[in-house]
Amino acid sequence: MSVVSVTRLWGRAAAVAALTLGLACKREERRFNASYPSPPAYAAVTLDTLQPGVPSPEITVNSPSEGNAYDIAQGKQLFAQWNCSGCHSHGGGGMGPPLMDNEWIYGSSPENIVATIVEGRPNGMPSFRNRIANNQLWQLAAYVRSMSGLQAKAPSPGRNDEMQYKVDEQRTPIRTPRASSSRNVPAKSERP
Amino acid sequence: MTDRRATRYRSPTYVAARTAVAFLALAAVGTGCTAGSEQTANATTTQPRAAASGTVGTDTLVARSGVGAGKITIPGAEPEDGQWVRPAKDYASTRFSGLDQITTANAAQLKLAWSFSTGVLRGQEAAPLVVGSTMYVVTPYPNFLYALDLTKPGAPAKWKYEPQPLAAAQGVACCDVVNRGAAFADGKVFYNTLDNQTVAVDATTGKEVWRTQLGDINHGETITMAPLVVKSKVLVGNSGGELGIRGWLTALDAKTGKVAWRAYHTGPDSLVLIGARFKPFYKSDQGKDLGVSSWPPDKWKQGGAGAWGWISYDAALNLIYYGTANPGPWNAEQRPGDNKWSSTTFARDPDTGEAVWAYQVTPHDLHDYDGINESILLDLPWKGQTRRVMVRPERDGYVYVQDRTSGEVLAADTFGVVNSTLGIDLQTGRPTVNKEKEPQMGKVVRQICPASPGTKDWQPSAFSPRTGLLYIPHQNLCMDAESIEANYIAGTPYVGMNVKMYAGPGGHRGEFDAWDPIARKKVWSVKENFPVWSGALVTAGDVVFYGTMDGWFRALDARSGQLLWQSKLGSGIIGQPITYRGPDGKQYVAILAGVGGWSGAIVAAGIDARDSSAALGFANAMRDLPNATTKGGTLYVFGLP
Repeated sequence: MSVVSVTRLWGRAAAVAALTLGLACKREERRFNASYPSPPAYAAVTLDTLQPGVPSPEITVNSPSEGNAYDIAQGKQLFAQWNCSGCHSHGGGGMGPPLMDNEWIYGSSPENIVATIVEGRPNGMPSFRNRIANNQLWQLAAYVRSMSGLQAKAPSPGRNDEMQYKVDEQRTPIRTPRASSSRNVPAKSERP
Repeated sequence: MTDRRATRYRSPTYVAARTAVAFLALAAVGTGCTAGSEQTANATTTQPRAAASGTVGTDTLVARSGVGAGKITIPGAEPEDGQWVRPAKDYASTRFSGLDQITTANAAQLKLAWSFSTGVLRGQEAAPLVVGSTMYVVTPYPNFLYALDLTKPGAPAKWKYEPQPLAAAQGVACCDVVNRGAAFADGKVFYNTLDNQTVAVDATTGKEVWRTQLGDINHGETITMAPLVVKSKVLVGNSGGELGIRGWLTALDAKTGKVAWRAYHTGPDSLVLIGARFKPFYKSDQGKDLGVSSWPPDKWKQGGAGAWGWISYDAALNLIYYGTANPGPWNAEQRPGDNKWSSTTFARDPDTGEAVWAYQVTPHDLHDYDGINESILLDLPWKGQTRRVMVRPERDGYVYVQDRTSGEVLAADTFGVVNSTLGIDLQTGRPTVNKEKEPQMGKVVRQICPASPGTKDWQPSAFSPRTGLLYIPHQNLCMDAESIEANYIAGTPYVGMNVKMYAGPGGHRGEFDAWDPIARKKVWSVKENFPVWSGALVTAGDVVFYGTMDGWFRALDARSGQLLWQSKLGSGIIGQPITYRGPDGKQYVAILAGVGGWSGAIVAAGIDARDSSAALGFANAMRDLPNATTKGGTLYVFGLP
């Protein structure tokens, strides 16, 4: 075996390993000192698309939970533990509106969702201000987005160890938000 | 081995087929299924008409043939006045009208007289009231009250009263933002708002007389029931068994709105108003402070057991009768014990609220079988004597015939497919629970019949003293269920159960039955595609009315079940039909159309049935409803030409 071919083989293996590690790292990345945006940051977000005349420049808040498998999985547990599932079921709704469709009354961006949880909304959404920790809010928002396919496939939760009542988040086709908030939508190619 | 594996979604046809097979197996082992013989009329006795047209007197008593022959009378029956002043028309809750202009012979000619849009597009469950020449209509949230002038063509509105309940209350209403109607007494219309207020409105002017705050949405409470006014007291109960409330029934002074008494349904005897007069019939209902000791420590404080259904009143015995709702959470593993006084029938003194007897229909409820259904008070011939009974078609699938002086259960027979229990032990009063259908943590239990809404939910039945039959609107649903841990956070859901409902054996989801309470069997039965979520009305013309969730308002022959007339309304019907005599002396029938409620939330609240656990699992059984009807909120009034 020549030196050249061995090197080439090692090179290939290294490339594959790097690729695998890279993807895996992206999926499983834990941010132990992540900075989760606090209320003043998302309070600057405008919910309404109707802004007389020329709209103000869009303010984007980067959620560290977006595309992060650990945070989305945490969000899924929190969604049950904070009794979100009591009203929104597993995305189909009940006392509260569905979250797995493409209708977003108060916006679909992570900061819109966090604002909705913190402030509450007038027709029945309770305000969880001073109740849910800041990092949990972003994790919840990230999971809520995965319910309608607004997270990339890789970090989205897979099959439940429970009665099956809907398609897994991982296999949920992307439901592009209607009207106002269409930001932070993963590329079509990322979804099945 | 427990069934931890998820199953794939099955098509309704597949489920129906599986269900049918299961049903056959069930029937074979004889576990108490009642298969109604469809359209087999055997109530053949022809009855003498009431002596004076439109009166309910002793001459409307029914002579019957066959088993249990005898007369059934309605206690405290009043002469027919052509009005409809309380939810069930009379205190005995019969929903029977002595008006007889509309008959089996002419019902086919019924025509729309006028209609009225309520301006609210949520589930319309209320019965309109007719007092003199005015009709009163209550809407779902935001709980408008309209007064319509029946003396003028087209019945224009006289006034509209807006109580302006908190919008946030919508977020704690378990099953659509419904309201089941009002009651009239002493020149005032009384009803409840979703945000826990009882209001009294001057029936002439539409001005508010008083309002009283009775509960708190931040602890999950709402009010959806129609009050009953008994001896100048307005009786009101709360809703929220899915939100960890603590249930109660409250009496308010009709003049002032001041609280006269409140009886809690969990907790120590002093708060349940159990005292020296309390004489429950069965041993398991006897004892001190059972509302505390039948729960794990402190769990009774969020144990549910509201009172969102119907109240009846016997003036001779001076007792009110009503039932309490399910215990919370649904996950029964988190509340070992009987969980008193959930799913319980109470007899109370309306003056003081004192309990005189109680009977827990479903101890330690496993399936959300509330006990709030109507109690129809009858004096019934029973084994050679006349017994003062109440008849209750219950959520658990049995028609209970119960002595209303003592609480003794005389009979309990299934009127639908039941496999969650194997019968009611009349010695102990307790159901024999089918352990195989008991939900567990980490296990999916399949084919539980009836499903959580029961064989019959809130939709009230009607009884005719002329035919001696009880007309029961109900559903035919089964479910898969899996207990999960419920977490109590005040003002949020406290359920702990994943549920998936589907059509029961036969594939139809609804039934409208005529039941003979003496022979203890179905006389005829009409199958409906969707659950029959509307109330029933029966008249002295021997016509029985009900509506379907796809919008058909039907009139049937009360003796044979034969279809006489039907009309397709703008939206699905989940309201309560009433009849009245207009200022022109003619008989009319009124019904609110507007789909919604728990069963219709898929349309009214835009539920997404791609999640089969949506709307507490009901959405799965109603996937095709959005194709059959759309939202609405219209009152329709029909009369003869």
